[in-house]
Order: sequence, then structure tokens, then C-alpha cells
Amino acid sequence: MSKTLNRRDFIKTSSATTVGVATIASGITLTSFAANANENPVTNEKRWGMLVDTNKLTEVEIDGMVSACQQENGWGSEVHSTGDQKPTWVKKLKVKDKATGKITSLPLMCQHCEEPPCVDVCPTNASMKREDGIVLVDRHLCIGCRYCMMACPYDARSFVHEELTDQREHMPRGKGTVESCTLCVHKVDNGGTPACVASVNSDAVIFGDLYDPKSNINQTLKKVQSAQIRADLDLNTGVRYSGI
Amino acid sequence: MNIRYEETQGRSLGFYALIAGLGVLILAALGAVYYMEHHGHYVTGMSNRIVWGMPHVFALFLIVAASGALNVASIASVFQKKLYKPLSRLSGLVALALLAGGLMVLVLDLGRPDRLIVAMTEYNFKSIFAWNIILYNGFFVIVAVYLWMMFERRMNRFTSKAGLAAFSWRLILTTGTGSIFGFLVARQAYDAVIMAPMFIIMSFAFGLAFFILILMASYKWTERPLGDAVVNRLGSLLGVFVAAVMYFVAVKHLGNLYLAENAGVENFILFDGGIYTQLFWYGQIILGGLIPMALIYHPALRGNRSALGLASLLILIGGVIQLYIIIVGGQAYPMELFPGKEILEGYGGIAAYTPSLPEIMLGVGGIAVALIAVTLLVKFLPFLPESLADEVADPHHKS
Repeated sequence: MSKTLNRRDFIKTSSATTVGVATIASGITLTSFAANANENPVTNEKRWGMLVDTNKLTEVEIDGMVSACQQENGWGSEVHSTGDQKPTWVKKLKVKDKATGKITSLPLMCQHCEEPPCVDVCPTNASMKREDGIVLVDRHLCIGCRYCMMACPYDARSFVHEELTDQREHMPRGKGTVESCTLCVHKVDNGGTPACVASVNSDAVIFGDLYDPKSNINQTLKKVQSAQIRADLDLNTGVRYSGI
Repeated sequence: MNIRYEETQGRSLGFYALIAGLGVLILAALGAVYYMEHHGHYVTGMSNRIVWGMPHVFALFLIVAASGALNVASIASVFQKKLYKPLSRLSGLVALALLAGGLMVLVLDLGRPDRLIVAMTEYNFKSIFAWNIILYNGFFVIVAVYLWMMFERRMNRFTSKAGLAAFSWRLILTTGTGSIFGFLVARQAYDAVIMAPMFIIMSFAFGLAFFILILMASYKWTERPLGDAVVNRLGSLLGVFVAAVMYFVAVKHLGNLYLAENAGVENFILFDGGIYTQLFWYGQIILGGLIPMALIYHPALRGNRSALGLASLLILIGGVIQLYIIIVGGQAYPMELFPGKEILEGYGGIAAYTPSLPEIMLGVGGIAVALIAVTLLVKFLPFLPESLADEVADPHHKS
């Protein structure tokens, strides 16, 4: 069966298609940005933070936080990297007080400093801090110089030493660039909590807006003794610990 | 007496052998880069603890030496010492060549060297690294202009002004290089303002050692006269610089020892750091400091060119070792994450690092690039005076 397409039909079909595509495309655009940038712009009225209560948090839970992060962000299955070459976005640390002998376990990740040394030293602005306090690496600007890793007081950053496969769609990574904890920014921007926090079934780890007087983290921090790691460096970290 | 500059002939078997040898080293370096970039840095000895390894050692060594190599020209045009004037062109050339070699190594060790354009277009002015990119590029321009003023007779009268600009620029440049480490607050081994002046004085010694070796080799191989006045003066100056480096090293370590928070890292480098302690005492201090000073100042060896050449070579080897201790040793020692506490698990301990062959090949390739640039440019442009015999070069020569 053959049908000749006359001019009127062609214009009709093609304009319908165009309108259709445009509608769908704009819909896609709207849905993908709706949750974050366009409707809820990132501002400095918020400051995301985390409070870790080391007295409540068990070692098993810390291990769970590490695997939750690996699962969520897709690191840890590198095949060639050995020992210290493997990426570590969060790790379990065990420290002993030299005087009392008290042993504390804690998760250590990017502390999301207000004055991040990694951002100061980055030559290309790839290391950056969002208005809401989340410290990130722009993988398109990172040239892999690793100066941020020299500057970070928390050993929180990793360099990708090999080609990666099977990456998470929401967390692109790349050989030859530096990466670290993003505070699960892709979840936070959609109203979620970081994967490590969600993996803990108690209130041993609290995530929230440090500035919001109604938030659990703000209220808890007002009540309990808490500390920043290397507070002497005056970096005003977003991640706080109690019980250390 | 007028100085006549002349290109080298560059037709001898030795010349081609030299070019071929250096070419092989450069090709090996490029092969190493391809290997490392293709696989990723897991094939190197570097890790997330030792993020800067052998390539940075060589790169910073060459960059530091580059700014120092310009001193010979500065002494002539800024401080008006006539004896050094005929050496100025070569001094500028060696400076540019060493910088080119160092930068090549630095860039090719990046995780993404293909993004060099990003480094050239995106600047974070709070970053010392970004400033260094500007300082290095500026150094090329300023020294190139400076050389032009020297080469072009009509421009000769501007030489001293250009020389002053280049001299100031190079001081800022080395300050910038030293500050890469000086501003790292978290690392006990680095956080010290003395790093910047120490790097400047290191550059004096390494740069002059390179210069002396290149000068003596080129005059010997081209069979041009090179008098004792020039060589001995450069030799004594080198001795002073080496002594000054040792002074700064002493002040830095003694000053650090005084602070309890730095006692750990100082003990590590000076006493119980295994390979780093051995490298410090046997490599940096004895091989790169005391022996060269003895070779330069011992009365029996006065004016002995082989001794001076050996001293220069040892200073360069000591320099590489010194940068290895600063860069790798400083990272190997763990950061103080919890003052007053001991880390049992998860972090700490001395980080292991074994330089891999490709890393070393890349570093050596940087030196080869610098040397091949000098070898070729002295053939095509009149950098070298046809004679540096005493009656030509020494303004106080009595015949």
C-alpha cells in the first residue's frame, strides 16, 4: 500500500510531532531540575551538617555506613588499585586516648569545612563549596593535580587510580580525578538524607540543617558536648562528633 | 675587550651521540607517560597517601634549579659584575630549558594532562598553584625578552632593566614554589614559612651547579678556551651557596624540634625514619653538602675542574635527594588527626612508597628535555662566547 504525503499532511504531522517533542522535552527538563536548582535554589541560609555520637554508634554500624556509601556511590570495587590506592570516601577509625586508654570508633569522611583548605589550594576551582556548605569536586574541571589531597587535614580525598566501569548514574566518577564524600548531594537535593546516615537505625548519626533552630541536629548540638576534628585549624567543619 | 659570541658547530659525532642519547631518554619518558596515563596511576608507586611521588621530585627540582640558573645573568646585569656578563646568555638559556623540563614532568604527571587548557583558563587566585602557573608562564616571557635585549645590539641598553625585572620575578617564582608546601597547615613536615626562603637558596645552589656543568662540558666539547678566572669564581660562589643551603636546613630542623607538635616528624626525618633518615644524613648532608664543600674548598683541589665538576654533580644528586625527603618523606609521615590520641586502626603509620620505573623515567626525561634544548639552541643561536680565556673574560686580567 502506498500513500502520497501531500504538503498539508506533512505540515500537520510534523508540527504535531514538534509540539509533542517540545512538550515532552520541557517536561523532562522540568522534572529533572524541579527538585533542586530551579525551584529550591541552594542558598547560604542552610548549612548541611552531620552529628556522630560515638558513644551510641557501634562498630558494626560504622561498617554498615561504609558499605551503604559504597553501594550508593559505587566506589570500592576497583580491581587494580592496591592498598592505599583504593578510593575511600568514608572509613572506620579507631582511636585510643593516650591518658585514659579509652578506645573510640568513628566514621571519618569529608568534614565539609566552612573554610575548606582543599578549595583554597585548587588551581582550577574544581574543588568548591556550595552555598549550603557541601564541599564537592567538579569532575569536569579537576585536572588531577592532587594538591587538594595534600591540603586536606582529614585524609578524606581519594584519587581514582584506574579506569572505572559500572558507575552509578547519579554519581559520575573518573580516572585521573579526585573524589570524596558528597554528603549524597543527589539525595539531599531531593529532600533525602545521605546513605550512611540512613543506614544507621538509631539517632547515633543525625543529618540536617545546622542553621535551622527547629532541626534535630541544631537542637541536639545545643544540648550535648560535641567536637570538631582538628578544631585548632579553625575550619568550622560541618561534621561534628560527640563522645570523642 | 669585546666578547664575540658564536654558535657551536654541532657536526661532530659526539654532538649527534649526545642528541641521540638524550632523544632516547625523552622517548622513554613519553612511553612511560603513555603507560601511566593509559592504565591510570595504579601502575605507579603513588597512592592516596603518597599523592606526589618521583615525578614531583624531579619536576620541583628542575623548576627550583631553573630560577637559580638565571642568577649568573642577574649578577652581571643587576649587580654589574663584569666577569659574569659573557655568561649571561647561557644563563638565561639554561634557566628556560630547566623550567621547560620541569614543567613537562609536572604536567605529564597530572591525572588529566589533557585538561591543561583548563589549568590555563580557570584560575582560583587563592591557590598558590594557580599563581605558580602565572609565574612560570611569566618567567618564560620575561627571560625571553631579557635574552632578546642581550642579543639585539640596539636593545643592549635595556639589558639591566630587563635583568632586574627577571631577577625580581625569579625571586617571587621560587617563593611561590616553596609556598606550595609552606601553606599546607595540616602537614607537620611542611607548615613553615621558612620553606620559601629555603627554596630560594636551594635554587641558587642547584641552578649554579647545573650551569657550571653545562658551561664546562660545552667548552670542553667544543674545544673553546675557558679560563680559570671564570671557573674559579663560579666554584667559590657554589661553595657559598651550598653552605647557605645547609644553614637553612639546620635552622628549619632545629626550629621545628623546639615545637612539641613537630617532634614526631623531626624524629622521623632525623633519627628513626629508616630510608628517609639515611637519605637525609648520607644523601643530602654528606653526599650533597659536606663532600661538595670539601671538593670546592680543599686547598689541594683548588682550581681542579674535575673536582668542581664532581662537586656540582653531587650537589645535583643531593638536591634530588633533598626534594625526595621533603616531598615523599613529608607525606609518608602521617598527619596528626587526633592530637593527644593514638590511632589504632583506619589511618596512620608510615605510608609506603616505592618509586616505579615509569615515574623515574618521566623524571629523567625532564632533565633530558632541558639538556637537549640547551644543546640544540647553542648550535642555532650565538649563546656561547667563542672564548672565555682569562685575557678575554677577566676584567682584572694582567698580561
